[in-house]
Amino acid sequence: MYRSHVLVCGGTGCTSSNSPKIIENFEAEIKARGLENEIKIIRTGCFGLCALGPVVVVYPEGCFYSEVKPEDVAEIVEEHLLKGRIVQRLLYDETKTKDEVKPLKETDFYKKQKRVALRNCGVINPEDINEYIAYDGYQALAKCLTELTPEQVIQIVKDSGLRGRGGGGFPTGLKWSFTAANQADQKYVVCNADEGDPGAFMDRSVLEGDPHCIIEAMTICGYATGATEGYIYVRAEYPIAVKRLEIAIAQAKEMGLLGKDIFGSGFDFDLHIKLGAGAFVCGEETALMTSIEGNRGEPRPRPPYPAVKGLFAKPTTENNVETFANIPTIIREGAEYFASMGTEKSKGTKVFALGGKIKNTGLVEIPMGTTLREIIEEIGGGIPNGKKFKAAQTGGPSGGCIPMSLIDTPIDYDNLTAIGCMMGSGGLIVMDEDNCMVDIAKFFLNFTVDESCGKCTPCRVGTRRLLEILDKITSGNGTLEDLDKLEELCYYIKENSLCGLGQTAPNPVLATLKFFRDEYVAHVVDKKCPAGVCKDLLQYKIIADKCKGCTACARKCPVGAISGTVKNPHTIDTSKCIKCGACIETCKFGAIIKE
Amino acid sequence: MLKKISKIPFTDTPEQAAKLDAVIAECAGDQSQLMHVMQVAQDIYGYLPFEIQKKIADGMGTDLEKVYGVATFYAQFALSPKGKYAISVCLGTACYVKGSQDVLNELTAQLGIEAEECTEDGKFSLSACRCIGACGLAPVMVINDDVYGKISAKDVKGILEKYA
Repeated sequence: MYRSHVLVCGGTGCTSSNSPKIIENFEAEIKARGLENEIKIIRTGCFGLCALGPVVVVYPEGCFYSEVKPEDVAEIVEEHLLKGRIVQRLLYDETKTKDEVKPLKETDFYKKQKRVALRNCGVINPEDINEYIAYDGYQALAKCLTELTPEQVIQIVKDSGLRGRGGGGFPTGLKWSFTAANQADQKYVVCNADEGDPGAFMDRSVLEGDPHCIIEAMTICGYATGATEGYIYVRAEYPIAVKRLEIAIAQAKEMGLLGKDIFGSGFDFDLHIKLGAGAFVCGEETALMTSIEGNRGEPRPRPPYPAVKGLFAKPTTENNVETFANIPTIIREGAEYFASMGTEKSKGTKVFALGGKIKNTGLVEIPMGTTLREIIEEIGGGIPNGKKFKAAQTGGPSGGCIPMSLIDTPIDYDNLTAIGCMMGSGGLIVMDEDNCMVDIAKFFLNFTVDESCGKCTPCRVGTRRLLEILDKITSGNGTLEDLDKLEELCYYIKENSLCGLGQTAPNPVLATLKFFRDEYVAHVVDKKCPAGVCKDLLQYKIIADKCKGCTACARKCPVGAISGTVKNPHTIDTSKCIKCGACIETCKFGAIIKE
Repeated sequence: MLKKISKIPFTDTPEQAAKLDAVIAECAGDQSQLMHVMQVAQDIYGYLPFEIQKKIADGMGTDLEKVYGVATFYAQFALSPKGKYAISVCLGTACYVKGSQDVLNELTAQLGIEAEECTEDGKFSLSACRCIGACGLAPVMVINDDVYGKISAKDVKGILEKYA
């Protein structure tokens, strides 16, 4: 028995800001004091509050230490673990109270969250199967194999109302039943962990923090659909996730929870890991299968659907990581439990990756139907630096944006679709008044043009033409007619593209045109960028009243565009100015503006 | 994504060749292992020169066109060598809205190279990458295995000096 447990976050965010060194220091300090048998150090998955990383939590007190540096470790060991005095200066502000430490789950960030998919992330050591088992792991699989028929398993998943978390929102139970209905000598289960949406990292966190739940869920899916082999397709950019999956698969095989005759039921299931190589289109289910087969990851026309002819031309069920992560809980706790959360047509919870202009960047899991306002203002802690909220972007390059006027929309699949947005994989990027919506649309189009696989013309050529029009607008050469052309082309691409990538590529343009048309008009008619982002439309100016004539800006200007004499207001020669912004950064008096 | 093809002559050591031969021997005959072999080859050589693509094609019993097609399709495969210090700047959405484009521009100005290029002395190469998943640290830049988070264009010079 250990008297204290020290949990150190080993997710990608905290690892990048030096948590491995923190663990090393803890181990050294504890050894130096001979406390190895009293205190246990555990590297966990993501706690979710990435903005405050690296995170260290000490139990039994439940102290949440944030932004810990390797050099702070000695103090924590000496003061807290040895003398029992909590290190106040490192405590997460929100948990500080007068006499005791406020439990983490009562803080604004965690209060409204409901953890199903992320239930073990930041709780267990992902590299130890025994910890997963101690938290009810593999119970769901045991129940399926020993008590339920495949049909019953599918019925439970159907009753739970679970829908695909990768973006499409297709009912999972129904998908499984299609594959189950087809007879074949070999069927497959595929887990889509090619999380390509820039700004979304929930799948990575599940794989890093709780890899066994994916193995368990895929085995259950194999049993239900009659498949005996599975593939997990992971981005190569996620080395920690890959390593933990490899460890988890080896441990599960050793314990007989994967492989031949699982639980003595006669059911065999084997898993393989496949590494992606950086192609957004591979997140599309048929493209992903083509890639597993060793080809360029181009999508295939449907029908035939994967349930009939999928991987290696055999019936295949493909689900996203987060979808699978819900399965063990659904089987263990029952369909009613899962269906009790969420809205009428979107059951359960959804994980969002909060990013951009928001205080608490990180991962949050909330019941469907929570409003955007609750997510941003309460859980996310609002917008930093007193700036004003402009829009939230969901669904990445395939999604749209939600403006201030719709901030009270309860978030679920159907509500988001109704306002021209989409759930997507769950990236939620907050933008403030300093972000230009035309520039954001251009950013996503740049992405799609790069990532279009080139197989079909509407997507390959159409997205490039869209980008050219946006370029024209942001450089000040656009006309009102271009806005109509833009819209027309968007609908053409949506209707005629082969796969989901092309069909959704125009969404960022359509959504910004719909909600922020005035910004487009300002670019086209007034030749101004209201947010001050599009460089070609900006002019730097010195406000004579505020300028003290300190000459700092003139010395800093790389092209000598600023002139003036000491103690007299300076001026900028706009024909020479390259709009680098160096002068604004240098000026101590706020005398330089861009407009 | 447009890939730059290296003009630098390719050199090979017997150890490198032996490593690649072993992987090809292990995977030959299974077409679905092609990407795996190419990933290992890139680990060994740092990039995939034509000589290596040809060797993989022959070893795996497929055509050079197929190997070249796969190499150009996926962002991970490089057709030219990386610098001693490979810099990549994340241009994922979370980093972009927090100003990572300015960081990339500053690197271009400091190093005198564009994204996907390498300095003449082979010291630094620069690339723009899509989301590395460390969005809590945005904007993020990675130099070899060192991650720099919450940076701004102002920090670039100081960071580069560490590698001088």
